[in-house]
Amino acid sequence: MAGTGFKRFNVLPGFWPAFSYTVLYLSLIVLIPLSAVFLKSATTSWDHIWRSISSPSVVASYRLSFGASIIAGLISVAAGFLIAWVLVRYEFPGKPLADAVVDLPFALPTAVAGIALTSLYTENGWVGQYLAKLGIKVAFTPLGVVVALTFIGLPFVIRSVQPVLADSDQELEEAAASLGATRWQVFTRVIFPLVRPALLTGFALALARALGEYGSVIFISGNMPMKTEITPLLIVNKLQQYDYAGATAIAAVMLITSFLLLLTINLLQRRSRRFMEAR
Amino acid sequence: MKLNRFWLGMVAASAVFAAGPLKLLNVSYDPTRELYQDINAAFARQWKARTGADVQISQSHGGSGAQARAVIDGLQADVVTLGLAYDIDSIAERAHLLAPDWQKRLPNNSTPFTSTIVFLVRQGNPKHIRDWDDLIKPGVAVITPNPKTSGGARWSYLAAWGYALKKNNGDDGKARDFVRKLYKNVPVLDSGARGSTTTFVQRGIGDVLLSWENEAFLALNELGKNKVQVITPSVSILAEPPVAVVDSVAAKHGTSAVAKAYLEFLWSPEGQEIGAKNFYRPRLAAVQAKYAGRFPKVQLFTIDEVFGGWQKAQKRHFEDGGVFDQIYAPGK
Amino acid sequence: MTAARSEPAAARWALTGLALLTLGVLIVLPLCTVFAEAFAKGWSLYREVIEEPDTLSAIELSLLAVGVAVPMNLIFGVAAAWAVAKFQFRGRNILVTLIDIPLGVSPVVSGLIYVLVFGAQGWLGPWLNRHDIRIIFAAPGIILATVFVTFPFVARELIPLMESQGADEEEAALVLGANGWQMFWKVTLPNISWGLLYGVVLCTARALGEFGAVSVVSGHIRGQTNTLPLHVEILYNDYNYAGAFAVASLLSVIAVISLALKKLLEWKTGQAESGGLRRTETG
Repeated sequence: MAGTGFKRFNVLPGFWPAFSYTVLYLSLIVLIPLSAVFLKSATTSWDHIWRSISSPSVVASYRLSFGASIIAGLISVAAGFLIAWVLVRYEFPGKPLADAVVDLPFALPTAVAGIALTSLYTENGWVGQYLAKLGIKVAFTPLGVVVALTFIGLPFVIRSVQPVLADSDQELEEAAASLGATRWQVFTRVIFPLVRPALLTGFALALARALGEYGSVIFISGNMPMKTEITPLLIVNKLQQYDYAGATAIAAVMLITSFLLLLTINLLQRRSRRFMEAR
Repeated sequence: MKLNRFWLGMVAASAVFAAGPLKLLNVSYDPTRELYQDINAAFARQWKARTGADVQISQSHGGSGAQARAVIDGLQADVVTLGLAYDIDSIAERAHLLAPDWQKRLPNNSTPFTSTIVFLVRQGNPKHIRDWDDLIKPGVAVITPNPKTSGGARWSYLAAWGYALKKNNGDDGKARDFVRKLYKNVPVLDSGARGSTTTFVQRGIGDVLLSWENEAFLALNELGKNKVQVITPSVSILAEPPVAVVDSVAAKHGTSAVAKAYLEFLWSPEGQEIGAKNFYRPRLAAVQAKYAGRFPKVQLFTIDEVFGGWQKAQKRHFEDGGVFDQIYAPGK
Repeated sequence: MTAARSEPAAARWALTGLALLTLGVLIVLPLCTVFAEAFAKGWSLYREVIEEPDTLSAIELSLLAVGVAVPMNLIFGVAAAWAVAKFQFRGRNILVTLIDIPLGVSPVVSGLIYVLVFGAQGWLGPWLNRHDIRIIFAAPGIILATVFVTFPFVARELIPLMESQGADEEEAALVLGANGWQMFWKVTLPNISWGLLYGVVLCTARALGEFGAVSVVSGHIRGQTNTLPLHVEILYNDYNYAGAFAVASLLSVIAVISLALKKLLEWKTGQAESGGLRRTETG
């Protein structure tokens, strides 16, 4: 592309070196290796690709992966909003500690998280034994997958909502209150519209992460065919049968999904930024 | 760039290592960790005594299929010691790293030890599990790994199938029904044999674990005799986990001779005895006699007899859309 | 905080309690399990496991992967943020999304792609094999996988920060006669230093903890190609549960320390950012 039409004029130096390096590094580390997924799946017939991505067990795994990720995302949104609200608006002892703990799922190795969650939620675990008395089974059921994915997704929502809540203008709320709005009305008409884009971003991030999650889920899911097999596990299963083309076909489906999700997130973020600036 | 310099460093480092002691990499399946720890130490001693040279053996363990795939993708294994012949066949077929007739090069189908599938139950056997028929009773929770990812689980699946065939005079439909009922009683399918043992013993899930015989006895010793006990069924499958030198890799490393000697050591009286101590059934009659008390008598059938070999069994039962997938299909 | 316009005290306490309970059950409890199991067999066994040669070599490899991956992504992050945040060009949104891609790729796939490229059956496999260069199932493969999973962290941290700072200060430096590098070292870098450190901490934490992607390219050779998270799995599969959790607790401690560091940096960035905003407002 021609320099002038492509880039808007700017006096700052270093665009071309920085831009070229970015594109080169991105291509070498991410794009070229990722393209191998598509090229490898293209080495086989359409029929094989279609059979690989639409066989009953794979479709069941999409249902579980998407279903559990969406449910976990929604739980994360509800719990994450509450936690972000409390962390931003209220004062209580130990608040810095609580705030620091939020990022733990992000830094804890997923396999460790998986083992720890499984020992907590099996029928004789610390939490599982009480749930078992209520007749609720968590480990080795779809519910277990939801628990693991909520653990993974929660920080994304909290960290998206927190800055927006902290920046939000409390004068607006006070104005609404002085005009006679109840606290509930203030919440639904003033606060919620303000954080909605951030909640969406957090939800989408949590979803994108949850769809691909492997380490923390395989321990707690039980891996029952048609019931609790997640999509990444089926990729591994295909590889075990030396079916690289089938494995990469499923991987390609996941890649396209997460690319679309991330694109949505970036558009949402741009919109919310414009929205904030417009105010 | 940085990375380039790093690779140069790696190449230089490997050149330095090459001048040091002989190195072997044994890529093996999951339950052999303890066995090869002992074997490696004994062989290194013997090799030093024989040739005066040091040999250092590294281990890699994982699911048999995953390990075979790693070798196909370039893991530098001098020898492979896997859970089933099908996996070594795959290495020969897909990566041409060893001759297709590899299994004829060493005695006993290249299998230094045999094993079988037994049951591990809770102490006192509260559910009264004595034989395969007890596994399909309602309310019995059976723990076994996923046959699609675990070699041991495939042996278990085939053992159950073979038992049902024998019992029903070769009626294939009844065998299928038996296996379907059995898997109905399975609440969790781990990806590997070790995962299942952990689920059963450590997490206390299930009433019975289908397990390699050596794995069952090891679990008994490691995790407590007061918690679990081994039950040997009336009939089971003769499991033959084979071994082979990966010719091309060993030739490139210049380790062909030591790799061959390493595998032959497994058939020596010392190697056989180490195997027996680790609850693998030995091949040598003398060692068999010495450890007869360790291994309960059980009627064994082979995979060739009942299923016509691994290639056929794999294709019919474990491929995508095969019998194992079908028994999990909804509405059946 | 204007209490009159806020919720009644009872509701505040109830909400706080509920939030803390949720955090406790969902996040803190799993961490407690790790430590409870790690010390189940006592302190001496804990030390024994940590001082074992295989553990030490896993620590070494993990540090090597972090030591290469973090600087690489740091340089990339600064370059990418400079191009994306300070300039307007066509396809900018696509570029930002492409940078984010590794976040949404399943760890299994992240490892698999390098097998497809560098594996013996892959694109470069035969060539690498002829020249006896090991990438997959050796340290370079593990480093590559680590670079991939931590790819966007520094860039993601810097892009919004540099966007919000605008280009006024850099332009002023240029007008005053500074050359490009002087401008970068004296103006840009000090402005983004805390955000940069924050990105590095995130990157390090994630790099140390990565399991899925590294597991695919490692080969699991004991004492040679196992990182700390892989070593946890190996110990776990050796029936050495206390040992597995001991190493896991080591990783957890690193996670907690990096979180504390991050907290500190956030506080510092917050200060720097509000300072920066004030400057642009008056300027």
